Amino acid sequence: MDHGKIIVSSDRFQLTLLRLCHQIFENHLDTEDLCIVGIQERGVLLAERLRDNLIQMTGKQSFKYGMLDITFYRDDFRRRDTPIKASSTHIDFLVENKNVILVDDVLYTGRTVHAAMAALQDFGRPRKIEMLCMVDRRFNRHFPIKADYFGIAVDAVDEAYVSVEWQQKQGVDQVLLFSGKE
Amino acid sequence: MSQSQISTKHLLGIKYITKEDIELIFKTASEFKDVINRPIKKVPSLRDVTVANVFFENSTRTRISFELAERRLSADVVNFAASSSSVSKGETLLDTVNNILAMKVDMVVMRHPAPGAHHFLAKHIDANIINAGDGTHEHPTQALLDAYSIQEKLGSVEGKNVLIVGDILHSRVALSNIFCLKKLGANVMVCGPSTLIPRYIESLGVIVEHDIRKALQWCDVANVLRIQLERQDIKYIPSLREYAMYFGINKKLLESVNKDIIIMHPGPINRGVELTSDVADSGQSIILDQVENGVAVRMAVLYLLAGKRM
Repeated sequence: MDHGKIIVSSDRFQLTLLRLCHQIFENHLDTEDLCIVGIQERGVLLAERLRDNLIQMTGKQSFKYGMLDITFYRDDFRRRDTPIKASSTHIDFLVENKNVILVDDVLYTGRTVHAAMAALQDFGRPRKIEMLCMVDRRFNRHFPIKADYFGIAVDAVDEAYVSVEWQQKQGVDQVLLFSGKE
Repeated sequence: MSQSQISTKHLLGIKYITKEDIELIFKTASEFKDVINRPIKKVPSLRDVTVANVFFENSTRTRISFELAERRLSADVVNFAASSSSVSKGETLLDTVNNILAMKVDMVVMRHPAPGAHHFLAKHIDANIINAGDGTHEHPTQALLDAYSIQEKLGSVEGKNVLIVGDILHSRVALSNIFCLKKLGANVMVCGPSTLIPRYIESLGVIVEHDIRKALQWCDVANVLRIQLERQDIKYIPSLREYAMYFGINKKLLESVNKDIIIMHPGPINRGVELTSDVADSGQSIILDQVENGVAVRMAVLYLLAGKRM
């Protein structure tokens, strides 16, 4: 059985999270119009951590924070063997004229982000949408989409599989690379 | 892990789906309920799907509810009412539907006066079929939205006492509700004049009661049905007035029971017959919630069946 190779260890994971927060803060000194939106389900885990770190870093009480489910917006519906189970969307603010950072764990083909941008339009017209991911698999894109912030860039063959594990879920923060999907 | 796929290609009746299917429909419906309460009530899921609403019987709310559900999923919609069609010129059901399908329709929502018409169609055509009522047999989406409304109001359906009052004999809503509620673990009682309670209905696992006061004392939820005079070819009750006296629910009767019963009605209401206005419009009534949930539940059914095609 392939146990995967650790490409980001727990120590480095924390540093990466902090670095991402600094980069966000650097680009959005005025955090008033900033919204962090995690894509269900795994993007939400990263978005939560970013939000908590940003609160610590800036001393602000809260940030506009939402969870976006893109199930009903996917372009592969009716092309997959089974439909995907929907999760909840919780965005209790309008994104009209806001700077939105979409958050996902892995940016791969770009189809998820493409669907997320369509879904986000239903909550208003954002001034700007940026993309943040923990892992950027740069050479496997199907759409002209890029990450504005990323934890680590992974240049792996199509068959390879990258998994981000979380303290909240698996008990440890790390990124693993597998040679093939099991 | 709970399932992510419905077990059937068609929704012909509640009898033919599983408890897990119902739970999946409810879970999906609650996400769609969020969608229809947003400023932009539409999602693009079914943008490459064409749905035909084929109604061989009159319908206002069910057809509008289905049509809204389809449009909010971005499907293309064609409506077909039998009264203004070639059916009145003698065309058979299969020919009518095959003609519609030849125009590349993916899903058919049909209401038909003959019980089992949908089963016949399912054997002969390739599209997904959703039963929007077949005669006195089943009306599955109504039962789903009723049970969903109970779950939303009371947290769950399991273990709850649900009373169905009225014309059980002619009611497809009653039969589908009994199947659905029993699958979800509720206790079901039916109440009405003995002429309007089918014989052997106990075999479905329901309790029969003819005294409305006793029935109300027993239940947590009362789903009140309309007396369907249009389906009654002979006299089953002496008069509507007498029915209202013995089985109609009014404020006084409800207060005398001294417990908070939830009142439901699939509509259209005959005010003053099965329900008086002060009950239908009271805080205990969730009749308009049922209507709202109807769109979300139908969106869930369409979405899950459409995902099943390939």
